Amino acid sequence: MYAPEIVAEAVVNGLMSGATYALVALGLTLVYGVLHIVNFAHGALLTCAMFAVLGLNLWLGIDPYWAILPLALIFFAFGYGLQRFIIGPSSHGEDRNTLLVTLGLSIVLENLMLAAFKSDTRSLGADTAFDVLELGPMLISRPRLIGFGVALATAALLWLLLSATDTGRAIRAVAKEKLGAQLVGIDPRHIFAVTFGIGCACLAIAACLLLPTFYVNPRVGNAFVLVAFTIVVLGGMGSIAGALVGGLFVGVVESLGGLLLGESLGQLGIFLIFILVLLVRPTGLFGARA
Amino acid sequence: MVLEIKDLRAGYGPVEVLRGLDMAVGAGEIVAVLGANGVGKTTLNKVLSGVLPLTSGSIRFDGREIARAAPDAIVDAGLIHVPEGRKIFPNMSVRENLELGSYRRGKANRRSNLERIFETFPRLRERSRQFAGTLSGGEQQMLAIGRGMMAEPRLLILDEPSLGLSPLMVEEMFALIRRLNAAGLPILLVEQNVVQSLEIASRAFILENGIFAMRGAAADMRENPELRRVYLGL
Repeated sequence: MYAPEIVAEAVVNGLMSGATYALVALGLTLVYGVLHIVNFAHGALLTCAMFAVLGLNLWLGIDPYWAILPLALIFFAFGYGLQRFIIGPSSHGEDRNTLLVTLGLSIVLENLMLAAFKSDTRSLGADTAFDVLELGPMLISRPRLIGFGVALATAALLWLLLSATDTGRAIRAVAKEKLGAQLVGIDPRHIFAVTFGIGCACLAIAACLLLPTFYVNPRVGNAFVLVAFTIVVLGGMGSIAGALVGGLFVGVVESLGGLLLGESLGQLGIFLIFILVLLVRPTGLFGARA
Repeated sequence: MVLEIKDLRAGYGPVEVLRGLDMAVGAGEIVAVLGANGVGKTTLNKVLSGVLPLTSGSIRFDGREIARAAPDAIVDAGLIHVPEGRKIFPNMSVRENLELGSYRRGKANRRSNLERIFETFPRLRERSRQFAGTLSGGEQQMLAIGRGMMAEPRLLILDEPSLGLSPLMVEEMFALIRRLNAAGLPILLVEQNVVQSLEIASRAFILENGIFAMRGAAADMRENPELRRVYLGL
């Protein structure tokens, strides 16, 4: 067996990468919970955000961490416009149309990026990826620690927004009772767009946290979204708490799986547990029973 | 007149449900729209609150044309619709439901209005932290009305407020509607419960197949032999 320090370090590292997974999953689960659609463009949008971080760094020399706030705002606006003026109007109120529109959008975005950036894999090329802190017997990656903190802070902020502001309450109201919401004067089109915008802002933040240690190519988002889908189903479709706990859990499973089975098989554990959860508790850990 | 409807027509696709309605609600009045299931009562309410577009006709509220206005603009104007089936937010607390009632209108007085509604409905205060979906039918109806009151309505549309309530709760509901009206609030009461509605309304309209088959003072309607035969089985 492994020494306890090594296992502990794997758990801590797993928690830290899990927090970023959770952030990607948060956007997905929020959009699903409110708009009742699976956003197939989530991965492509994450890739867009990652290229944006890369571009800001290479051309303007902006540090990924300083890009968090401006990029989150830009992506919120981008997501708002996308839902309000493209996805919403083109769906004509039919969920299955929305599904196809987001799928089409992901294809368009991905190919635009392929055309613009080619299929090369790029990274920031900084040495931050190897920047570690010594914490007792453990070596902690500094960018991952920052990622962990920012992801948790973002989740807390999101929770505050949803529970303590009128806009947040309107989001929760529209999610469950659209007609009732309209009759108190909430415009669902606006709230849908705000929700989609928040989902995109989460992706922008995730991109800023990922890039210091990760690479980007026009398809990289899909790998994350596959894991994020697992998290969303694991935590319960539409559950914010579920996405957070599910994300951390999946991070730890991946990390421990990597330790026991070898790095390249780390994700195997995620999908094994995923299948188990689907068999035993199909509504997810935090999902409402049907 | 607070609300004036002229030759209102509306429907779903090619099916015309409302086939030319004229009616009005005056200041301080309770006006009842009565009729069986499926004659267009709920459609009328949806058109009035802007959720369903009309095909033709005019709706004037406080002297302003609102026939093509969006639902949020109609709420802004103070025409508040408490829908059939309550349509409260089941996943949110009673308090949050009430607070959302003032999402667009009455925001400045949110705190004092909330206190007033808790005084009117002590049960809601007791359950203010509970999820609205866990309330009983009667309590949910109180919550729906309370949520409407939070918007400081200038006219309240109540769609089937007595539906699905126990006889005792029905009595209580009608007493409440009378109390709200006594404070000066005009009410458009849309009901299947003909007897009790005619008791508290000043005027009534009988909706049949998308047109008003009868109209008049509620007191006269109560004595109308045809109405008694068709709706009361007497």
